[in-house]
Amino acid sequence: MSPVPGSARVVVIGAGIVGNGLACHLARLGWTDIVQLDKGPLPNPGGSTGHASNFIYPVDHSREMTALTLDSVRQYKDFGVLTECGGIEVARTEERMEELRRRMASAKSWGVEPVSLLTPAEIKELVPYIDESVIVGGFYSPGVSVVDSLRMGTLMREEAQQAGALTVVANVEVTAIGTERGRVTSVSTTDGDIETDTVVIAAGVWSPLLARMAGASIPLTPAVHQMIDIGPVPRFENAKAAIEYPIVRDMDTNMYERQDGRGLEVGSYAHRPILHDPAEIPSIEESALSPTEMPFTEDDFVQQMEHALELMPEIVGDESVGVKYAINGLLSLTPDGLPLLGETPEVRGLWSAAAVWVKEGPGVARGVAEWMTHGEPEIDLQASDIARFYPCQKTVAHVRARAAEGFNKTYGIVHPGEQWESSRGIRLSPFHARERELDAVFFEAAGWERPHWYASNERLLADYDGRVKPREAEWDARWWSPIINAEHLAMRDRAAIFDLTAFCIFDVTGPGALATVQKVAMRQCDVPVGRVIYTPVLTPRGGFRSDLTIMRLDHETFRVVTGGAHGMADLKWFADHLPEDGSAQVHDLTSAWCTLGLWGPRARDILSGLTSDDISHEGFPFARCREIEAAGLRVLASRISYVGDLGWELYVPIEQGAHLWDAVWEEGRPHGLIPAGIGVYGTTGRLEKGYRAFGFELDSEYDVVEAGMAWGKVKDEDFVGKEAHVRQRGSDPAAIMCTLTVDDHKSASGVERYMLGREPIVTPDGAPLVDAKGRRSFVTSAGAGPSVGKHLLMAYLPPEHAREGEQLAVEYMNERYPVTVAVAGSTPIFDPENSRIRS
Amino acid sequence: MNVLVCVKRVPITGGKIVLTPDERAIETRHLGFTISPHEECGVEEAVRIAERHGGSTTVLTLGPAEAEEQLRDTLAIGIDRAVHLVTDGSDWDPESTAAALVAAIEAERAAGHDPDLIMFGNESADNGNYQVGIRVAHALGRPCVTGVKGITMHDGRVRCEQELGGGRDVYDVPLPAVVTVLEGLNLPRYPSVPAKLRARRKPVESSEPARSEPRLELVRLTVPPGRGRQAEVLGEGAGAAPAVVELFKKLGVA
Repeated sequence: MSPVPGSARVVVIGAGIVGNGLACHLARLGWTDIVQLDKGPLPNPGGSTGHASNFIYPVDHSREMTALTLDSVRQYKDFGVLTECGGIEVARTEERMEELRRRMASAKSWGVEPVSLLTPAEIKELVPYIDESVIVGGFYSPGVSVVDSLRMGTLMREEAQQAGALTVVANVEVTAIGTERGRVTSVSTTDGDIETDTVVIAAGVWSPLLARMAGASIPLTPAVHQMIDIGPVPRFENAKAAIEYPIVRDMDTNMYERQDGRGLEVGSYAHRPILHDPAEIPSIEESALSPTEMPFTEDDFVQQMEHALELMPEIVGDESVGVKYAINGLLSLTPDGLPLLGETPEVRGLWSAAAVWVKEGPGVARGVAEWMTHGEPEIDLQASDIARFYPCQKTVAHVRARAAEGFNKTYGIVHPGEQWESSRGIRLSPFHARERELDAVFFEAAGWERPHWYASNERLLADYDGRVKPREAEWDARWWSPIINAEHLAMRDRAAIFDLTAFCIFDVTGPGALATVQKVAMRQCDVPVGRVIYTPVLTPRGGFRSDLTIMRLDHETFRVVTGGAHGMADLKWFADHLPEDGSAQVHDLTSAWCTLGLWGPRARDILSGLTSDDISHEGFPFARCREIEAAGLRVLASRISYVGDLGWELYVPIEQGAHLWDAVWEEGRPHGLIPAGIGVYGTTGRLEKGYRAFGFELDSEYDVVEAGMAWGKVKDEDFVGKEAHVRQRGSDPAAIMCTLTVDDHKSASGVERYMLGREPIVTPDGAPLVDAKGRRSFVTSAGAGPSVGKHLLMAYLPPEHAREGEQLAVEYMNERYPVTVAVAGSTPIFDPENSRIRS
Repeated sequence: MNVLVCVKRVPITGGKIVLTPDERAIETRHLGFTISPHEECGVEEAVRIAERHGGSTTVLTLGPAEAEEQLRDTLAIGIDRAVHLVTDGSDWDPESTAAALVAAIEAERAAGHDPDLIMFGNESADNGNYQVGIRVAHALGRPCVTGVKGITMHDGRVRCEQELGGGRDVYDVPLPAVVTVLEGLNLPRYPSVPAKLRARRKPVESSEPARSEPRLELVRLTVPPGRGRQAEVLGEGAGAAPAVVELFKKLGVA
């Protein structure tokens, strides 16, 4: 073993699948002087990789996770450590079959093929030891594979070592990570100190402890995944390979069964959540097996044995087949189920590549290495950005609560709109009490409780009888209400107020403020005070880093308002681009300001009853902001709209919010003002206007031209992604963002179905649409357009299909529904001239 | 033929042993629990005797409530029923343990479960006092063979074999008898899933034993030096072959 070098260009902590992948990919990207440390021995240092079940199911409802998995599969294949065996997700219930039909759509959207639905008899042919009488069908992915993740790790390390880029030191423990003025400076180990300005923590379940050494946070919790190995199985007696039969996932019991040589491995995500404290994981020396192979607790596994016996009685019921190995294996869980990737927001130069499983490990490693090298990965990883959390989402209590709740959903049927039950009620806007009185139905956004619709608006359903229809299928109607559509119509007819307090708000101030926002924002920010700028924020390659609004409040103060979900990552992005000379600062004001949205044709009538300031169209034009006195308060009013109607965002300090709400409410009632939820703000109002949302239409894999947002000229000043953006403007887009309408909702069984998003857009005969960059067309957002009387879908289409009137189809639950391209580009389907906003 | 096997719940100490701060117990926070390899062979042997000769098998333990886990493990191997003398979790000295076991065995006899053969592990895996079996045999007035690695039942007698360097001592004793057995007596089976599920439905009778005034006191444990995992890298690739051969010779396997 090499001694610990005194300095390094980068230190990778961890020699599991992720750390090894990072060493390899950093070397491929030209990094040298890479030092990789692990406190355990090689090739299996004792982390979660060492006991992983090592199988890979490529299809996931998440595009990001599927892309990472597919990339990992390619890498495992390249290194020759992958065996394709196929896999079948079996359903015991009709509800699960519906979920498997939904998986067919995801497979097509993300380009994972071939896949098919199988009958019990067809499953029996592939898996002769299954009792097909307990299942109703299955989803077959021939591409499911098993990999040797330990061997893979060794090969990746060796590649980097042979390139002369990597020094590996095993059996050495990190004791401290030094920082200076918020930057990494060194790593101390039991065998000496290393000077470095870049550290990547890829230490799996131990990652939180290492982050804490530097004053950063990696919010994950070790959790138990139980598995047993039984054998020898007579049927597998002459097995020539480790795996010769498809892996079965028994979805409804949260279990899997896979052949492993002469044995059968049975694993479970069904038991009670068993969470551990990373500081309490035993040392390598103290562990009977390895630190992450903890003693099996059989009491938690009884039901699972019964279930395995039901499904595979021939093997599991065989008295000669014994339980030879049983562990409580530790793996990493996060509050939202996604990995923790990227530079930590607390410490520059300290990167996280944690909460990653074997199936996506090499892909994540490549992505993080690219991110460290080029400032962005090829595969969009923004949903996994470790900077995404607010402080209240990094507490141990929150992480444990959500991890516990999420654990049993590992194989769950998770609705796209599904809400968390635990750790709720943490962030309450000043309007909260009023909203409760109005029977708001709360959804969570970035820890905030936000009304999605108001049950008290049920009376509106009668007003809009015939234009507001309930949804027949329970799945389509789950986490939804027809009241949303009624609120929408009432807003279009009169006015509505919205609680937008979940916005993330921060100021960029100082002499260098203009230079900072110019550098980050694509659009011209050197505008007169009182202008509101809506701007894309680009990645170096010209993809979307964010989209947000900036108010120029004075010469050296720019107020950034961005979506709650991605706000913390945006804050870090701005902070990262502050001038080195300290001439500008960012200040997070999210918890200082609340936001009340007021929109609708009567909005001006209502607001003018509360203020004597000039708020006429001429006196307060669109895209302007200024302080007004209203309801006895100093209110920052911003005349913009995300729902396509006249109105303002009204900002007041949070303690004055309730007063503002009451005043607007009282003033508005004679005008027919209603409270409306995010169902209108985020979906129906937005979709009718064709407004793109970050994380749905906008991400780093699509550019401004494709999104149809390249209006105006490119500003002279430099900004991140400018070169790429100019290039993109000069060539034809590979895809064009379109709004489509669903022409016929009737399913084969006669039920009207409503797509919810992420479904594949196909030709009328079912062929996928693939653009010149190899990206498939899928529904980025779906929702009602109550004012246009259609169900609306947004999707990027290849230019040859992005023609208004083009007839296509959308696949939903394994059936095809006809759709028509209503708009190619950014023209709204509702009020195309934007006359309402500018009235 | 009724066989009774006595077992003790002990921590699985695959790694470095850590003591509690008072040094009077093993720190078990991270550890799983089991019975000793000797006792596993005893359990297996009891099940085989019953399979071959008929009769019933019983497992008896003195230990904390959690020791039911070990009882269920032996029931999964095929033992018919379990008797649990539930303690408060403190470790009993061998004298008190033996007294409580004797009382329980007497109670078994009174209830019509008189064991023809009582088996112990030669010594417990944790404290290794080597005496509970002998004390029980003495108190019951039954013959006792220790360190047994071979058992054959015949004509109301049990033939017991001890392994000695290069040979065997054979004892042939009348039943009822007590034997303490060693790992290697047999190759215990792994429990099947159905057997594990059946084990959960088998009867476990529990009672609280009376503890005699201890005359033996455990003062302090010490971890023997050199215990724990020690890996020596013999070399890499083909160059390591001579060292491996040397080691095999040393171990007597080549």
